[in-house]
Amino acid sequence: MIAVEELGVRFGQDRDAVQAVEGVSFRVAEGESFGLVGESGCGKSTVLRVLCGLQREWRGRVEIAGAALSRRPPRGFFRGVQMVFQDPYGSLHPRFTVDATLAEPLAIHGLGDRRRRVERVLEAVGLDPAFRYRFPHQLSGGQRQRVAVARALILEPRVLLLDEPTSALDVSVQAEILNLLSTLRSERGLTFLLVSHDLAVVSHLCSRLAVMRAGRLVEQLPVETLRSGAAAEPYSRELIEASRG
Amino acid sequence: MSGVTLPTAGWRAWLLSERPGSALQARLGQGWLAWVAFRRNRLAMLGLGLVLLLLLVAALAPWISPYDPNLQNLRLRLQPPGADHWLGTDELGRDILSRILHGARITLYIVTLVVVIAAPVGLLVGTLAGYFGGWVDATLMRLTDIFLAFPRLILALAFVAALGPGIDNAVIAIAITAWPAYARVARAETLTLRGADFIAAVRIQGAGPLRIVGRHIMPLCLPSVIVRITLDMAGIILTAAGLGFLGLGAQPPAPEWGAMISTGRAYLLDQWWVATIPGIAICLVSLGFNLLGDGLRDLLDPKRRGG
Amino acid sequence: MSAPLLEVEGLDVAFAGPRGLVPAVRGVSFTLGREKLGIVGESGSGKSTIGRAVLRLLPETARVSAQILAFEGEDLLALQGRALRRLRGRRITMVMQDPRFSLNPVMPVGEQIAETLRVHRVARGAAVRAKVLEILEAVQIRDPERVYRAYPHELSGGMGQRAMIAMMLIADPALLIADEPTSALDVTVRRQVLAILDDLVSRRGMGLILISHDLNLVASFCDRVLILYAGRVVEEIRARDLQHCRHPYSRGLLASLPRLERPSASLPTLQRDPDWLNGPVYRFGEEVPA
Repeated sequence: MIAVEELGVRFGQDRDAVQAVEGVSFRVAEGESFGLVGESGCGKSTVLRVLCGLQREWRGRVEIAGAALSRRPPRGFFRGVQMVFQDPYGSLHPRFTVDATLAEPLAIHGLGDRRRRVERVLEAVGLDPAFRYRFPHQLSGGQRQRVAVARALILEPRVLLLDEPTSALDVSVQAEILNLLSTLRSERGLTFLLVSHDLAVVSHLCSRLAVMRAGRLVEQLPVETLRSGAAAEPYSRELIEASRG
Repeated sequence: MSGVTLPTAGWRAWLLSERPGSALQARLGQGWLAWVAFRRNRLAMLGLGLVLLLLLVAALAPWISPYDPNLQNLRLRLQPPGADHWLGTDELGRDILSRILHGARITLYIVTLVVVIAAPVGLLVGTLAGYFGGWVDATLMRLTDIFLAFPRLILALAFVAALGPGIDNAVIAIAITAWPAYARVARAETLTLRGADFIAAVRIQGAGPLRIVGRHIMPLCLPSVIVRITLDMAGIILTAAGLGFLGLGAQPPAPEWGAMISTGRAYLLDQWWVATIPGIAICLVSLGFNLLGDGLRDLLDPKRRGG
Repeated sequence: MSAPLLEVEGLDVAFAGPRGLVPAVRGVSFTLGREKLGIVGESGSGKSTIGRAVLRLLPETARVSAQILAFEGEDLLALQGRALRRLRGRRITMVMQDPRFSLNPVMPVGEQIAETLRVHRVARGAAVRAKVLEILEAVQIRDPERVYRAYPHELSGGMGQRAMIAMMLIADPALLIADEPTSALDVTVRRQVLAILDDLVSRRGMGLILISHDLNLVASFCDRVLILYAGRVVEEIRARDLQHCRHPYSRGLLASLPRLERPSASLPTLQRDPDWLNGPVYRFGEEVPA
């Protein structure tokens, strides 16, 4: 479903240039849930931004659903790939009601039947339809993140990119959102690419993961290896050790 | 976790409902909360009162003026404020009160036209420059700088020299020098908003830049621009008065406040009311807009930070 | 058992809002000696408010009242002006979450740390610089001279937080309140910073209050843990006994954490019981009626 080959991203110019991502390659099969972990500044979020079309300057080859990703993706591309952002508050327009936020992607792509689609997606994420006309500041963190997930799903994408979807949430709410994501993935056969610094979250949602450091991919491992801590690379082992209790 | 009680009945309950049934109800509810917060600021309410007074007076001038503002009565010239003429008469025997009331119309006309022209232009230029960056930003900002460099009065003189004196030309001259400030405010807001996650979210939905600027960014820039405009209002009124004073704005016999001050100047020592009363009117209206602008800014800022 | 450093009894904090008084902390009581106490709770539980109430750092809209709120026997609520300032930064200090926001961005780090010494007249002149370099070394900053001259944005998260700790410990306080000190840091750096904190606190015989949302972190680091829910302490327990906590909220919190070692198809979610707002609480495994 996703094939990334020798991806490189460089910010800035000449002497101030920073190589945020270098030579990253991995593949994600359809319906698989893949994790990308590493500390802040390792480039994992940049990889996501390339895949969803936000980061337009990069080198290498990226293929999503068999089609090569171009620097200026056509509008239809965005129906296949969507993203859930980290900060549930910052990712919703402060002056749009929940209804307006959800209707916007429909309007952009000229999809009709707005009322029914919005209702269905609200139900899918477990939000009371009475919240439909609330503003973001009238919702709790967990509710806002549900809206963000609903917004990502309303175009019925095949791939869902998740950038630290629960790190800004309370522990008790985190569990709800993780369960929701799990359920939605199995119900809709979605492909997940999850970025997180929290290995426990990754171990819960993903079947395979890659460890990144300073822009490079250090190691790819299955989640069982993550749990046992028997990673090949010392950096991976260090990360796993630091995450334990 | 809340120790808060909400009203359960009546229109207040409808507005404050936690489950609004429509977008309209939700927006009205937010508007109501904003109004309640605004109401608490007494100075801002005073400002609002003064502005509303201006609007009311301008609307009702022909019906509440005791005399025709242009009616001359040379036998009663330069009368001090008294029972017949509450604010006295000017050098041609015209009732000053009536002239002030009709002058409110002119002031309102000028102020409204300037805002209607300058605000959309400023907003558009600012948001486009801020969002696109690069050469678009550079070009638009240099354009803005050029217009910012002109002192209002000098540009007005130039216009008048080219097109002839008159209230409409004065309006255009003021509007042309007013929009750059709004463009800057809008651009500053846009630069902050550009990197926000919710803008990134709508980009990855496939929205084009114009839709993003028009539907997502502009509404968020509006509050700062509105505050800037209300605070600018005093300056606009004073500039118009200045132009009137120089004879470049409204032409006689129009009861424009600045022009009234100008003609009243000759009688300042002995018949102070002829020049002073229009001056007080200008002062009050400027004060009203300033206080209103301050109140709006207090209202909009903390909200923006938290929500 | 030494005399308590901090004694809190019946602490109530409420905030005046547009719709009335909103309670944030309700009847919180605890004592602190020269030990490490952890206060755990989610957002809105009131944990940060407690820390700030002790330092009297709450905004004007806050209404604070307590039967006892005493530090080394002195009533904190009665202190004003100069007496309060003598206490803050000298006897009681606070380390906050993000050094990017808690350090002054336009002042070199060394100067900020030195300011503490100057304000509280602990040292003067050349001795000040020497003391600052000394404390920077104590927090394991390898190049104290460079960090002295650096601005906050030039430091990494971990280093910035260590500088913050240095700043708060230089005046040798008796009590340190740490409000989410490692939440903004990377996982590998967290342990390091906590270890430094642990070391310094033990060596100086200080009291420490660690406020966090991370239950496991607090349990592994502190001696005792208070679990807060909706402004109340619902459980007080020794850190090593955390697995045997009894209040349904505590148990629910523990259970809903995804675990590295323990795969599960679905995480148990917390079902909030309105009973928790006013029901019985637990102290060291014993039930205490409401």
